[in-house]
Amino acid sequence: MTKTPQHIIIIGGGPAGLEAASCLGEVGYKVTVLEKEEQTGGKLRLWYKLFPGFRPSGEVREYLANGHKMNPPEIVTKAEVIRVDPEIDHHQVVLADGQTLKADAVLIATGFQVFNAEKKEEYGYKIYDNVITSVDLEAQFISGNPLKTVAGVAPRRVAFIHCVGSRDKKVGNVHCSRVCCITGVKQAIEMKEHLPQAEIFNFYMDMRMFGQNFEELYIEAQQKWGITFIRGRVSEIAENIDGSLQLKAEDTLSGRPMRMNFDLVVLLVGMVPAAGTEALGKSAGLAFTSGNFLASNDTHFFQNETHTPGIFVTGTCREPLSVAETLTDARAATVRIISWLREKELKSNN
Amino acid sequence: MKDWGYSILKGRQIDFENNDFSIAEFVAQHEPSFKWCIGCGSCTATCSAARLTNFNPRKINLLIQRGETKGLAEEVAKCMMCGKCQLVCPRGINTRNVIQNIKRALNTCHAL
Amino acid sequence: MHFSLFVIPFTAGMIILTVLLAFRYIKWLSNLEAGNLTKIGLNIFSVKTLYAVREVFMECLLHRKVFKTNRMLGYMHMSLAFGWFMLIVIGKLETFFYTGKFANEFYYPVFFRFFELTPHKSGMLFVFNAAMDFTLLVVLSGIVIAILRRFRPKITGMKKNTKHSTGDRLALTALWLIFPLRLLAESATAGYAANGSFMTQPLGDFLAFFLPVQTLSIVFWWMYSISLGAFMVSIPFSRYMHIPTEILLIFLRNWGLKTNDKFTGFSEIEIQSCSRCGICIDTCQMNSQGNNCTSQMVYFLRDYRYNQLRPDLTDNCLLCGRCTVACPVGIDLTQQRILQRKKTTFEQPEGFKYLPVNQPVAKADVVYFAGCMSHLSPTISRSMEKIFKAAKVNYLFLDKDESVCCGRPLKLSGQFEAAKKLVENNRQRIIASGAKTLVTSCPICYKSFKEDYHLNIEVLHHSEYLPGLILQKRISVLPSGKKVVFHDPCELGRGSDIYIQPRILLKHFNNLVPMIQEKENSLCCGGSLGNLSMNPDERCAIQKATSEYLNSADAEIIATSCPMCKKSIAQFSDAPVKDIAELVAANLETMPESQKSLKHQKEKEMIEIV
Repeated sequence: MTKTPQHIIIIGGGPAGLEAASCLGEVGYKVTVLEKEEQTGGKLRLWYKLFPGFRPSGEVREYLANGHKMNPPEIVTKAEVIRVDPEIDHHQVVLADGQTLKADAVLIATGFQVFNAEKKEEYGYKIYDNVITSVDLEAQFISGNPLKTVAGVAPRRVAFIHCVGSRDKKVGNVHCSRVCCITGVKQAIEMKEHLPQAEIFNFYMDMRMFGQNFEELYIEAQQKWGITFIRGRVSEIAENIDGSLQLKAEDTLSGRPMRMNFDLVVLLVGMVPAAGTEALGKSAGLAFTSGNFLASNDTHFFQNETHTPGIFVTGTCREPLSVAETLTDARAATVRIISWLREKELKSNN
Repeated sequence: MKDWGYSILKGRQIDFENNDFSIAEFVAQHEPSFKWCIGCGSCTATCSAARLTNFNPRKINLLIQRGETKGLAEEVAKCMMCGKCQLVCPRGINTRNVIQNIKRALNTCHAL
Repeated sequence: MHFSLFVIPFTAGMIILTVLLAFRYIKWLSNLEAGNLTKIGLNIFSVKTLYAVREVFMECLLHRKVFKTNRMLGYMHMSLAFGWFMLIVIGKLETFFYTGKFANEFYYPVFFRFFELTPHKSGMLFVFNAAMDFTLLVVLSGIVIAILRRFRPKITGMKKNTKHSTGDRLALTALWLIFPLRLLAESATAGYAANGSFMTQPLGDFLAFFLPVQTLSIVFWWMYSISLGAFMVSIPFSRYMHIPTEILLIFLRNWGLKTNDKFTGFSEIEIQSCSRCGICIDTCQMNSQGNNCTSQMVYFLRDYRYNQLRPDLTDNCLLCGRCTVACPVGIDLTQQRILQRKKTTFEQPEGFKYLPVNQPVAKADVVYFAGCMSHLSPTISRSMEKIFKAAKVNYLFLDKDESVCCGRPLKLSGQFEAAKKLVENNRQRIIASGAKTLVTSCPICYKSFKEDYHLNIEVLHHSEYLPGLILQKRISVLPSGKKVVFHDPCELGRGSDIYIQPRILLKHFNNLVPMIQEKENSLCCGGSLGNLSMNPDERCAIQKATSEYLNSADAEIIATSCPMCKKSIAQFSDAPVKDIAELVAANLETMPESQKSLKHQKEKEMIEIV
């Protein structure tokens, strides 16, 4: 083939971006992945083991790094994209350092960031030492260090609080972040594995166990690991003199308020679009969903297409997804991009 | 309606077919947000009065919607109107106005 | 004896008006609060009466406050009010000069141009004639603006007009007709008697050209008299009741009367003084940011006057005080709204039997009350505790575990008796602590303690208490090097007149950035416990707008001194929102005791050497 292959730029080198990149590269396109951090892998680098089967996240990272062997994509790190200027025939991708790259198609895979738990001041994150987020807990698991409270002892009683920063009009995020419930169950089990003597309580509004083996894991949590699930949203947390925490909730199923002391509280923080998504999306002429994620053209037929022809979206920048779903979504985006590029090529040849 | 060959204790069941929904309708007219409740319990958890007495705003909202209004006047009298419930409600319900309108409904309908 | 049949409508109107006003005023004045008559008696012969006269002149005639809000609107009111006043005064002087008598028939100056048909080409009467024409011209210019503004409110810078009732419309029509009819009547007369001046004469000559002015003038004089009489009679039944009532209000207010927790005759006089100017609609954030133009004070007062208080409307007010500050008549709008809520709310004071009594309370010098909201914003009370400890204050955190609410939210919703139960309960505990000072970090609680608790001890908001600690050198705060903008909480600023103290505190260790809408003009955060029925989306819109406004300042931190404001603004703010206590605690100079005395010793040695 002597023709120059069409060029696709993928913004974001997380699981979505990398999977789409290797699939597109495999069929012969020229692919450039622009990643703003020093390393690719996105949030995968922060997770210890993935639900529902406790697969080490390293396995997925390795899979993505090795990718499909044919025609690997060009990966550029420390390259932050600030703007996409759509044009009729091509699109211009503008980087923070002033460089501009041209592409036949652009795939936005900028991912998510976690909800800043400091906004829920009544939970005391960064105010009380023994309140941490699910992300902090993953880091602790990865470090391999024994789990301790700030005082240096193993916690005897741990609480997991669901829906922190999701389904909450008071912080402006009405959407459900989908994966926090299963994360709560997973981490509760992992906590119990680390600390068999500890009492673990999960405080939830609903238990969203939608995926394959999710409900089974919930059952395992109750039956095998003895984790207690309390239906009641925690309204506030106070600190005792010794640094332990007192939680206020209502046990709605019995209809009575309760207060409990815990050594450690884990906030299951939700997903919000990654920093810069709004500016990037606006520059490309994209629409937004209620949670300010990037909107697709259609909920059933064109989930990876946007209002701007030639600009596609995949992964958690468009809605909360698990890692497995992100990979599936990236492959779906690939199929759509390929047909779109072929149409475009045919039109330009005629 | 067929009694299915068994009966539930009269005072125990929620007799949806025969309950009185006039209070719920009055409140819904003036404060429609009261229907948005998902029963998460944050309001009761944070309530200033709930720690001192048997007062449960979530339960009150639920029971009115089921048409169960016995003893309601005595219950809503306990509210201090402090507003903490409204500050924690994830659905953004105007909880204080729900209590205000329950009181008005009780006085207008001369109920219970 | 000057008489003609057409003076009868005007005369009758005046008499009816006088009688009705007398009846109303006697009824209201007989319904004053205990002790008010004493107040009046004590002040009526003092300098306060002179202040009242001056205020009547400045506000009722010149409309100075309205001018400050809006020049066009101010001119419109002034030209009508002051112009009409001057017509009466100059007219009286004119007749006195003409007849040499001060006491003529009281309608004589009004219809002077009909009775005296001699033209005056020079002398004082010529001057008077010209002055009357000029004043009439000024009044007419005001009328023109008034008519235009009904159709294009933008002319007077207002976004909305107050809607009118039928009584108002009739009165308004009569009012608009009075001066044009006077112009026509005087001009028609000038047309055949040549007794007009620079405006009436040319117009009269023009009319005389093709109309039978002598007959026509009688028609006009009749119409003028009728419109005057109609307006007079309609005053007690329309918004124009405010004209005479405002004068009475100004005197009573200067003599020290005000509306407290009871609705008295004075409160009635306040409400009746509302001129329905509509300035309260313009200053209301529910209008500018929430698209709600139905529940502002002018409509609430009208509901009251027509005895049709609507609960949802009465409840729908932030009680932020912006309209009260702007009201040109000086009505205590916020308090009036709260008082009427007594009627639209059902309270059950007996419901608070569950409040715990006779609990043991630890003794302390200073009692700290954080308030209900603070439990959802724990950094504020943590910061206060850190500061108390650093200053070695013997304090008691009264509601550390939980609060019995201070009672103000109940009061704001109209439940005065129920509020008293909570007040009694807390008051007991505060007194039992033996403290000499009560400090609170919540402005809502502060206002409650100050007004309803009747405590004999010092009551301070933490924005007043903290500067005291610094002055007494009990704590020391290091400069932060940060630019900070301060948001005035409604209950602290407009509610309690505390604007300077938090600024003094902040300026001590920060670079304080001013804003245009601050102090009395500050925006409400939208959190407001005062508004019970506002729709949650509208509330969010107001919170967002205020947050955006504060973020537009050239500041790194938004400071405030109210837990409710903090939560409301933080929800939508990019810049961090911090309470003043947090800022003080974060910048506390923590020097160990041993080093402090060492430093003192070194300083002493230095001074001795020098």
